[in-house]
Amino acid sequence: MAAMHELPVTQSILEIALRHARRAGAGRILAINLTIGDLTGFVDDSIQFYFDYLSKGTLADGARLAIERIAARVRCSQCGAEYAPPDSRIWTCPHCEALGGEVIAGKEFSVASIEVE
Amino acid sequence: MELPVLEQILSANDQIALDNRELLRSRGVVAVNVMASPGAGKTSLILRTIAALQGRQRVGVIEGDLAGRVDADKVAKTGTPVVQINTGGGCHLDAPQVRWALEQLPLDRIDLLLIENVGNLVCPAGFALGEQAKVVVASVPEGHDKPVKYPGIFVVADGLVLNKVDLAPYIDFDAVAFRTAVRALNAGAPLFEVSCKTGEGIAAWAAWLEALRPPDI
Repeated sequence: MAAMHELPVTQSILEIALRHARRAGAGRILAINLTIGDLTGFVDDSIQFYFDYLSKGTLADGARLAIERIAARVRCSQCGAEYAPPDSRIWTCPHCEALGGEVIAGKEFSVASIEVE
Repeated sequence: MELPVLEQILSANDQIALDNRELLRSRGVVAVNVMASPGAGKTSLILRTIAALQGRQRVGVIEGDLAGRVDADKVAKTGTPVVQINTGGGCHLDAPQVRWALEQLPLDRIDLLLIENVGNLVCPAGFALGEQAKVVVASVPEGHDKPVKYPGIFVVADGLVLNKVDLAPYIDFDAVAFRTAVRALNAGAPLFEVSCKTGEGIAAWAAWLEALRPPDI
C-alpha cells in the first residue's frame, strides 16, 4: 500500500486519542500505544510522519507513537496447525501441505491505550 | 498515567462507507465493488451483466476512472443509469466519492448497483465503499500468477471472475496453478470462468449476482 494511505487512519488515531484524553481531563498526551497487524499494510514511519504533522498545536503535540506489530498467523483448514504465511508465495501448511486457512492474527488495527499527564 | 482505550481505528473513509451501506440498505440496493487491473474487462463484464439481467434486475452503474467518461458513455447507451467519477490522480475509489455518486443516482429504481473501481490490484482492496460484495476480475492474458503477486485483493473478495477464457488456447495460462493460488488465499468465494467475448459463463455469474440480498443491518 502506498504511503499516502496512512493519512486518513492517522487522522482517526489522533481523534481517538484526543477524545479519550479530554474525557479524562488530561493536560497532555505523552504517548499513544497502537496495535498494528502486519497484514494491514500500514507503515510505522508513515503513520508517525503524518501524526507529527497533524498533532501540532493539539494535546498530542510531541506524543510518541509506540507501535506493537502483530505477525500474521494462519490456521490450517485441514490439520488445524498454526503457521506464519510466507511473503509472495502460496500459503501452504508446513505440516500437511494443505492450501490456505483462516487468518487468526495480523489484521489488528487499534489504539490500545494512551499515556497522559 | 496510562488510560486504556482499546478502540478499533476506523478511518474517516470507513465511517462514510458505513453511512453509504446504510443508505443502500434503506433503498434495498445491492452494491458490488468490481475490482481488477486495467484491461481485465471490468466494463465488458458490466455490459454483459446488464444484458443478462435485462427484465430481471434494474441495474445502476458507477464508473471510476482517473479521467474521461469513455466507460460511462458505453453504459449509458444501454439506457442504464450511470455516474462517472474521475479520481484525477487517485488510484482507487473512496467512500466520499461513492457518496456523491449515490446522490446522483435514482436509487429507488435500482436493484443492483455495479461499482467499477479504478483499474488497480492493490489500493482498491483497502478502501470500503459501503458495498455488499467485493468482486475481483482477473483475465487469462494477465497470467496465472496474479493471485500470488497481489494476495491482498484476492483475500478480501466475495466473488472472483476469470475473464477472457476464450483466449486460453493462445496463451500460456496455467489454469490449475491459477485456481490453486486463488483457493489458497480464498477458499469461500465462488470463481466464475467467463468470456465477455463469447458470453460463456455469464449466466452463472449473473445468477450469483441476482441471488445477493441487501444487508439486514
